[in-house]
Amino acid sequence: MFVSLLLVLLIGAIAWAGSAAGFASLFGVALPYLAAAVFVVGMIRRMVYWAKSPVPFRIPTTGGQEQSLDFIRQAKIDCPGTQAGVFARMFLEVCLFRSLFRNTEADARAGLPANSGPGSVYYSSKWLWCFALLFHYCFLLVFLRHFRFFAEPTPQWVTWLETLDGLMQIGAPRFFMTGGILLAALLFLLGRRVFNGRLRCISLVNDYFPLWLLLGIVCTGICLRYFDKTEIAMVKIFIMGVTQFSPVSAEGIAPLFFVHVALVSTLLLYFPFSKLTHMAGVFFSPTRNAANDSRRVRHINPWNPPKQYFTYAEYEDAYRDVMAEAGLPLEKEPDRPAG
Amino acid sequence: MAKLPTPQELIATRPPFPEEHWLDVRPEFAPGSFCYPAKKETMELLHMPNPHEWDPAAEDWGLPENWERILCDAFAERLEKHRSLKLFMDICVRCGACADKCHFFLGTNDPKNMPVLRAELLRSLYRRDHTVLGKLLGRTVGARGWDKSVVKELFHYAYQCTECRRCSLFCPYGIDTAEITMIVRELLHEVGLGTHWIMDPVKNCSFTGNHLGIQPHSFVEIVEMLADDCETVTGIRPKTPFNKKNAEILFITPSGDVFADPGIYTFMGYLLLFHELDLDYTLSTYASEGGNFGSFTSFNMAKKLNAKMYAEAERLNVKWILGGECGHMWRVINQYMDTYNGPAPDNMTLPVSPVTGTAFTNAASTKMVHITEFTADLIYNGKLRLDPGHNDHIITTFHDSCNPARGMGLLDEPRYVLKAVCNNFVEMPENTIRERTFCCGAGSGLNTEEIMELRMRAGMPRGNALRHVQRQFGVNHMACICAIDRATLPPLANYWAPGVTVSGLHELVANALVMTGGKKRTMDLRQEDLPGAEEDGADGREGGE
Ligand code: HEM
Ligand code: SF4
Ligand code: SF4
Repeated sequence: MFVSLLLVLLIGAIAWAGSAAGFASLFGVALPYLAAAVFVVGMIRRMVYWAKSPVPFRIPTTGGQEQSLDFIRQAKIDCPGTQAGVFARMFLEVCLFRSLFRNTEADARAGLPANSGPGSVYYSSKWLWCFALLFHYCFLLVFLRHFRFFAEPTPQWVTWLETLDGLMQIGAPRFFMTGGILLAALLFLLGRRVFNGRLRCISLVNDYFPLWLLLGIVCTGICLRYFDKTEIAMVKIFIMGVTQFSPVSAEGIAPLFFVHVALVSTLLLYFPFSKLTHMAGVFFSPTRNAANDSRRVRHINPWNPPKQYFTYAEYEDAYRDVMAEAGLPLEKEPDRPAG
Repeated sequence: MAKLPTPQELIATRPPFPEEHWLDVRPEFAPGSFCYPAKKETMELLHMPNPHEWDPAAEDWGLPENWERILCDAFAERLEKHRSLKLFMDICVRCGACADKCHFFLGTNDPKNMPVLRAELLRSLYRRDHTVLGKLLGRTVGARGWDKSVVKELFHYAYQCTECRRCSLFCPYGIDTAEITMIVRELLHEVGLGTHWIMDPVKNCSFTGNHLGIQPHSFVEIVEMLADDCETVTGIRPKTPFNKKNAEILFITPSGDVFADPGIYTFMGYLLLFHELDLDYTLSTYASEGGNFGSFTSFNMAKKLNAKMYAEAERLNVKWILGGECGHMWRVINQYMDTYNGPAPDNMTLPVSPVTGTAFTNAASTKMVHITEFTADLIYNGKLRLDPGHNDHIITTFHDSCNPARGMGLLDEPRYVLKAVCNNFVEMPENTIRERTFCCGAGSGLNTEEIMELRMRAGMPRGNALRHVQRQFGVNHMACICAIDRATLPPLANYWAPGVTVSGLHELVANALVMTGGKKRTMDLRQEDLPGAEEDGADGREGGE
């Protein structure tokens, strides 16, 4: 866990020192270009890698009643029978984390009064769902809000988002809720990994690193906005330069900005090689993205091996006499009469 | 068999997590923690790769010389064949949502029984060979290489997963650890590692038509005996058609129903129901197995064993197939059969109930209908005369088997039937039923005696739920639609909720079924006296016109 924290701090420190020492364009221009390229190419390659393997079988996890007799009500979304159902199921998965919403916490007790003996109890446990959802949506909104820097004039919808986001007016500049919630959600996700024994057991550097990285990004972002107030106009000119492939001088922009950019770049670089590919992967998941219709429509396996089995003819050859004796109908009568 | 701890002890003695990192811990192969290995001859007969004698408790498992190459290549091949595998290796965020959804984890508190870690056992190997970060950074990012102790670990945990898919329901990406377990088992079979309890039935099914190796004449004999028993109870001896050509329907059910108590009563239920309907159907001694232990072995073995269904449907020239109550059989039929061995032979047609005229359009391609769909339709259309009073001595609950629940979505048909044939039906707590059902603890070929304690541990969530309704609502019976359940739930009930009996659904259907020309029922299919049957003192016959 600390390894990954140190790593993030190190990246930040290098970016700080580097940009302070005059290499700002390295961290502000070259690195983002590289990162964006790696991200795009890497993600496409990952998706192509997945897509190259076929889906040999139709294996949706059925989460409710299948399509059946007329008088039996189908769970059209949790157990879709049509593409529309699948679409609804995927929509709920991706936009509302439907499966995570089911989460419970199980506990077993040697003595449970209701059972006068051993028993299990299940608590509804929506914390992970709640904070994961908050995290992802705030992340999305924060990302969208950044279009303020990427487009001139600032698009109307960004302004609109900002108004919404800043509804709870605290001080000036306007406080954006998403930033704060993002921070809180990340701390929750990290806290789980640190304080919950099971999570601690399964967590790897690969899990802590993106969390620290995102915390780094969020913290530097918040600092840039509220504390180490950067010259926004200059930053915008600089970013516009980068996005329009005609970079301008980074002169006069605080090093912290480059730390922020370097961390974001690291995230992009890391993304295609890590679990963060779940962003695209969820759409490929064969237990979620297929209709449970394999009795109605034949699903084809491109590598279906040839049929090889013990045929009836072989079976009858092996058992002809006893079958005759038992009076079973035969394809071929035994050579000698039975019995 | 070692003595079992009491349920209280079992719960109280679940050990805490080990101090060391999981990558540094290896399982112990103490007696009772593993299934017996498959016999060399069995594996040879089935042409399985690298058959050999070995002992899980021994240091050396006698792996073939180039075992590492074999496994690496086999793994790479599976990645090319299954998008699911690539994806599930890549996108797990280790959020832990699946952790306490697994009955094995709940019962053992072994961290590697958390579905996420079960998958990490393989994922760590994937990282080393198939990911950039793993190649560069090795163990720092959770990558590791193959070694013999890793193979042992994979074996240990692939056979502590019943492929129930409960984890997959809760995973935000639908990562299905059952799929991973299935593939790990395939890999292990490449180096000759399999279990006796699975491979022996596979062998039998391959060469005699059913898991128990019952030869054709004995199969007939047993079914005739069951028909005799039907007569004792109802006064009517049902027809027992075998290998009959041009019948309308081929009926296939797990052979466990022909052989094992209490499955046999379910089988008697089928016979009586079909007789009462005067159904034009046939049984087959060749396709006398609905279950498919091949599906616990490899995709190809499952295909091979399943092939007999369509082959026999073609030979007998039937119109469609009716399938009995079984869990994994129906996962195979619903999700694999048509893909494996379809399209259905030309002689088969869209299944239509000859009694009600209902077309089972949901089975338009496989042409195989689940018996509870068939029976629910009969009841809905008022085609059965039922006296649920015959089941009044039981207060029943219903156990959803994992496979029909999460691999098919067959949830309400059995309930519809059950409510029509029993007056007293109580659901278990909502986190333990329907799509969230808990496994019996011994599915996917783990229903063997030598791991009884493990089974009871894995059965804890189901057992506790049963105990709950037993204590709260006086439940004394549990119905199910799975042949493996009929074998595994009685010991589970005995252990966690003593006094609860277990039966298939169609046993209860036949108990309630009023047979045309049948005698008044004084006993149930188990030939146990029906309480209160004598007092009614009617004319001794019922159902006659
Ligand atoms: C169905 C859609 C998605 C689901 C269910 C989902 C769920 C999750 C979950 C459960 C975590 C783990 C938090 C933790 O325990 O550490 C996570 C992390 C993350 N997700 Fe998503 N996610 C989805 C889509 C996306 C998308 C579209 C993005 C786009 C950027 C994204 C970016 C991230 C990032 C950056 C993290 C990092 C935090 C960490 O490593 O824990 N996710 N996601
Ligand atoms: S729920 Fe899914 S993503 Fe989360 S740890 Fe389990 S398998 Fe991984
Ligand atoms: S499939 Fe079932 S037994 Fe296997 S890991 Fe998932 S929950 Fe556990």
